[in-house]
Amino acid sequence: MTKVAENRRGSSFLAEVIENTPGGERIVHCLQCGSCGGSCPNGADMQHTPRAVIAMINANKRQEVLSTNTPWCCVSCYFCTSRCPQEIPITDIMYCLKRLSIREGLAQNTDATALAKTFTDLLDKYGRSFELGIATRYLLFKKPFSLLRMGPMGMGMMTRGRMAMFPTRIKNIEQLQAIIQKARQLGERTS
Amino acid sequence: MKLAYYPGCSLEVNSAAYDVSTRAVADVLGITLQELDDWNCCGATEYFSQDELTACAVIARNLALVEKDLDQLVAPCAACYLNLAKTDKLMVDHEELGKQVNQCLAAGGLQYTPGRVRVRNLLDVIYTDVGEEEIKKKIKKPLTGLRVAPYYGCQVVRPICETDNPEYPMQMDHLFQWLGAEVVDYPVKAHCCGGHMTQISEPQAFEMIRRLLQSAVHYEADMILCMCPMCQLNLDAYQGRVNSHFKTEFKMPIIFFTQLMGIALGIEPDKLDFGKELVDARPVLAAKLGAAETVSV
Repeated sequence: MTKVAENRRGSSFLAEVIENTPGGERIVHCLQCGSCGGSCPNGADMQHTPRAVIAMINANKRQEVLSTNTPWCCVSCYFCTSRCPQEIPITDIMYCLKRLSIREGLAQNTDATALAKTFTDLLDKYGRSFELGIATRYLLFKKPFSLLRMGPMGMGMMTRGRMAMFPTRIKNIEQLQAIIQKARQLGERTS
Repeated sequence: MKLAYYPGCSLEVNSAAYDVSTRAVADVLGITLQELDDWNCCGATEYFSQDELTACAVIARNLALVEKDLDQLVAPCAACYLNLAKTDKLMVDHEELGKQVNQCLAAGGLQYTPGRVRVRNLLDVIYTDVGEEEIKKKIKKPLTGLRVAPYYGCQVVRPICETDNPEYPMQMDHLFQWLGAEVVDYPVKAHCCGGHMTQISEPQAFEMIRRLLQSAVHYEADMILCMCPMCQLNLDAYQGRVNSHFKTEFKMPIIFFTQLMGIALGIEPDKLDFGKELVDARPVLAAKLGAAETVSV
């Protein structure tokens, strides 16, 4: 399928996106109808709507696509995916573009990438998410003023027992870490 | 009925009310929830944004931990539900990915056969498996006079939507009609709350939250019922920030559907964790349901 797509459109970037998105081969069926952008709750904030991004992928505009803010506006509501008349997994293509743009160092929204990294670093370490850890590491360094504004809300959460002071670690963290390590190894081999 | 239970990180602390009320309601309905021993975080949307194989492997560890005598796993949180269901589906549909995930699991001495576990969302278990007849038999306190806005959010109804309509879901609407409430038919019930956008771009997030609150107010809802901890957190904990940002005066209680269902089933309110929401739901419940015991702190 990858070869077919490449031959048909002459876009090596199209082949790369298909390669890195499960079910991504549906992308060649895009009609450019624009249902995706029209359905997106953040479409108006995007530099390019998903429809335009797909046209740019077909046109082999790798650098432009990987540096646009489009995937970073995506909050995984899946309206585009569910409404696409051609059954293109658009949300998953956005995930693929996020991954590729991080790998290439082209990711525009550093807040989103910092949040993602803080979140998964804590997961790797403890096996569970830890909100206070995310708040202190991510917000303190990236958005100290926002941390200040969050004060009353944080207090509200704290006094109602909705914020843990310490992380929980799963019992078999070594097992989880072995699984993660293996996934990283395999990932490096294939990418 | 016995299912494996995946509470997820949010239900441990910030949305403990969802966990407590889920267990209480399940108990009354005769659903046995067996918590997955030593489950790990599903990675929310953050792992898929960085590394797909690791995302799947981290999630699949939980699928592999489901005891052999159980074949269904229920996750109340929408993000956890989708991640678990999606990873299983990816492993079924994409053999190569499935093999790689199993190679990762093997490094931890685990194995998972794609498709072995059916991942369920809690609303559907209650709606379909328990069903109207059984639920109606168990009503102790009908919710007569209370106007509720069921809020489905995104990740339970999309993109894997075997049990409800992705555009116009109805299961929670029907459930609360059975329980005697007036259900508000408002247009944004499956719209997005912004997810993690509150952490990344507040103006974008606040606008998404405002639209939801405003619509519920337009339709004169007494409260919004959630089935996702992220939705509850955004609509409840950020409501004050949204009010300062837009100079609005929203005071809309946001609770989990299981909490209100518990009231209808006659469970003591203090066993349903009321009062943890930042916009207190108890005065509205007391005024509308006229039950003094509803407001006991």
